[in-house]
Amino acid sequence: MSEREIVCTVCPRSCRVKAKETGGAYVFEGYSCKRGLGHAQSEVENPMRMLTSAVPIARATVRMLPVISEATIPKAKLHDCLEALYKVRVDSPVAAGQVIVKDICGTGVDVIAARSMKRK
Amino acid sequence: MKTEHVDIAIIGGGPAGLAAAIEAKRQGVEKVCIIERDTDLGGILQQCIHDGFGLKRFGKQMSGGQYAEAFIEELAHTDVDVRLKTMVTKITEDRRIFAVNEREGMICLNCGAIILAMGCRERSRNQIQMPGARPSGVMTAGAVQRYINMEGYLPGKKAVILGSGDIGLIMARRMTLEGIAVEGVYEVMSGPGGLTRNIVQCLGEFDIPLHLSTTVTRVFGKERITGVEVSAVDADRRPIAGTERRIDCDLLVLAVGLIPENELSKGAGVELDARTNGPVVDQDFMTSAPGIFAAGNVVAVFDLVDYVSDTGEMAARGAAAYLRRADSAEIADARGGDEASIIRTIAGTDINFIVPQKLNAGKRESDINLFLRVKKTGENQKIRMVCKGASVSECREAFVAPPEMLVAKLAGSADLDDDLRLNLEANQ
Ligand SMILES: Cc1cc2nc3c(=O)[nH]c(=O)nc-3n(C[C@H](O)[C@H](O)[C@H](O)COP(=O)(O)OP(=O)(O)OC[C@H]3O[C@@H](n4cnc5c(N)ncnc54)[C@H](O)[C@@H]3O)c2cc1C
Ligand code: SF4
Repeated sequence: MSEREIVCTVCPRSCRVKAKETGGAYVFEGYSCKRGLGHAQSEVENPMRMLTSAVPIARATVRMLPVISEATIPKAKLHDCLEALYKVRVDSPVAAGQVIVKDICGTGVDVIAARSMKRK
Repeated sequence: MKTEHVDIAIIGGGPAGLAAAIEAKRQGVEKVCIIERDTDLGGILQQCIHDGFGLKRFGKQMSGGQYAEAFIEELAHTDVDVRLKTMVTKITEDRRIFAVNEREGMICLNCGAIILAMGCRERSRNQIQMPGARPSGVMTAGAVQRYINMEGYLPGKKAVILGSGDIGLIMARRMTLEGIAVEGVYEVMSGPGGLTRNIVQCLGEFDIPLHLSTTVTRVFGKERITGVEVSAVDADRRPIAGTERRIDCDLLVLAVGLIPENELSKGAGVELDARTNGPVVDQDFMTSAPGIFAAGNVVAVFDLVDYVSDTGEMAARGAAAYLRRADSAEIADARGGDEASIIRTIAGTDINFIVPQKLNAGKRESDINLFLRVKKTGENQKIRMVCKGASVSECREAFVAPPEMLVAKLAGSADLDDDLRLNLEANQ
C-alpha cells in the first residue's frame, strides 16, 4: 500500500487530498467536492498540463512569440515537448491561432501562436 | 503644440484600457482614444505566456497573450483611435492630457472624460531595505519575465528568489524550464504571498523549496552579483543573529509585490486610498476628480485579469453616463449627485480594503460588486454588510484567504442612508 498527498488546485480552498493505493486501486480522502475528487483521480492516473512557451521569431517587434497547446497534454510528455519547441524558429507575420507545431511529440495536440505578430 | 478634443481618453492599453475602450463604443461614445507608451496593446499580459487567464470570462484556460488578443481583435472592429508609443506625461484636474511621441512631439488632448488604466508596477529594491553592494543581476520578477518571454534572453544561471508573490512563483517555474537553476524562494512573512495554486504548481512540482520567515540580508559581488546571505527572522521580521547562510548565485529575483502606478493621478490631485495605494473611486469607478475615472490595477491590485476587464467596463459605462449628464445643460454639476448623497464603504472586522470606496446613498438601479481582500484565512465565513447597525446584505464564502480577492454582491434594493461597513464573520 502506498499513500500520497495531492493539494487540490481547482479552487482557492486548497484541500489536501490523500490518495491511498492498494493493488492498483485508489481510495481518496480529504476532498470536499466532486470536482476535487475528479482532479485527484486524474493527478494519480494521468496528470495533464497545458504546454506554454515562447519561440524565437524573426523580423517582428519583439524577439519571442508566445505559444500554447490547444488542449492539455500528458504531464509526462511536457519535457519532450519543450525540447522539441526549443528547436523551432518562425518568421513574421504570424496570426493568432496559427499552428506552429502540428501534433507535438505524438500527443495529437497542436501548438499554436498565442498572439499575432506583424512584420517589423 | 497640437491640441485635440476627444470624448473619452484612456491612458494605458492593457486589459483594463482595452475593455474600457470597447465598452465606451458599445455605449455610443463617439471619439474614444487609447494612449499606450509601448509598441503593442495588451499591457503586462503580453509577457504572461503561461495559462490560467480568462477562466471566468471565456470559460477556458488561456495564456495572457491569448486573453489580450481576444480584446485587441474586438477593438480592431471599432473606430477607437489607438496611439501607440505615446507616453502621457501629465494630466490636469480639468481633464487635459499632455503626451509625447516621436511623430507629433508634445500633444494636448482636451477630454470629456479620462479613464486611468496605467496598471501597477513592481516594488523594487528601493522600496525594500536591502543592505550590501549594488551589483548587476538583481532584478524584479517582471523584468526577468520580460527578458525570457519577450526578448529571449536568459539573465542568469542560478537564481535565488526573494518574496513569494505570484509573479515570482510563476517565474520560478519558467526559469527552471529554461534551464536556470532556482535555489529557493525566501519569504520574510510566515505565510506565502502568492496563491496556493501557484505554490503547488510552480514550486511543488519542481521541488523548489519555499523558506518562510527568512529573508536576504546581504548581497555579495561588486560588478555582478556572486551570492546572497539569507537569515531567519523573528516575529517582528528582524534577522536572527547566527542563522546567516551564504548562497552562491548570479541572479537575485525580487517578487515582493505590486503597487498601483499613480504618479499621473497624484499630479491631477486625485484622492488616493492609503490601503489600496490607488484612487478612491465611486460605484462608477470615478475618482475624486469629476470626469476622471480609473480601472484595473491602477485602482487596486486585482489578481484575476477577468476582474480587471470588468472594472474597465464599469468605468466606461460610468464615463459614458457622465458625458450624457454633462451634455444635458440643466445640470451644471455632472457629478450626478451632491456630496451629502454619497456614502463610504468601510473595511470593518478582518477586512483589508474595499473597492469602490464610495457609493450613492439610497437604492441603486442594480446590484453592485464590491471587490475586497480579507486579513485572515478561514473556512465557512460570511461577509456581512452593515448600515447604521442593521445588517443589509450578506455573502457566504466557503473559503477566504488574504491573497484571494473576493467579490461581494450588494443588492441594489438595499437602502443605504449611512456608511456601509463590511465585516468578516464565521457563518453559524
Ligand atoms: C510584472 C507583472 C507580471 C504580472 N503577471 C501576472 C500573471 O502572471 N498573472 C496575472 O493574473 N496577473 C499578473 N499581473 C497582474 C496584471 O498586471 C493584471 O492581471 C493585468 O494585466 C492588469 O491590467 P491593467 O490593464 O490594469 O494594467 P497593465 O496590464 O499593466 O497595463 C497598463 C498599461 O498602461 C501603460 N501605461 C502606463 N503608464 C503609461 C503612461 N504614462 N502613458 C502611456 N501608457 C502608459 C503600460 O505601458 C501598460 O501597457 C502581473 C503584473 C505585473 C506588473
Ligand atoms: S476539493 Fe473541491 S473544495 Fe476542495 S479545493 Fe478542490 S475543488 Fe475546492
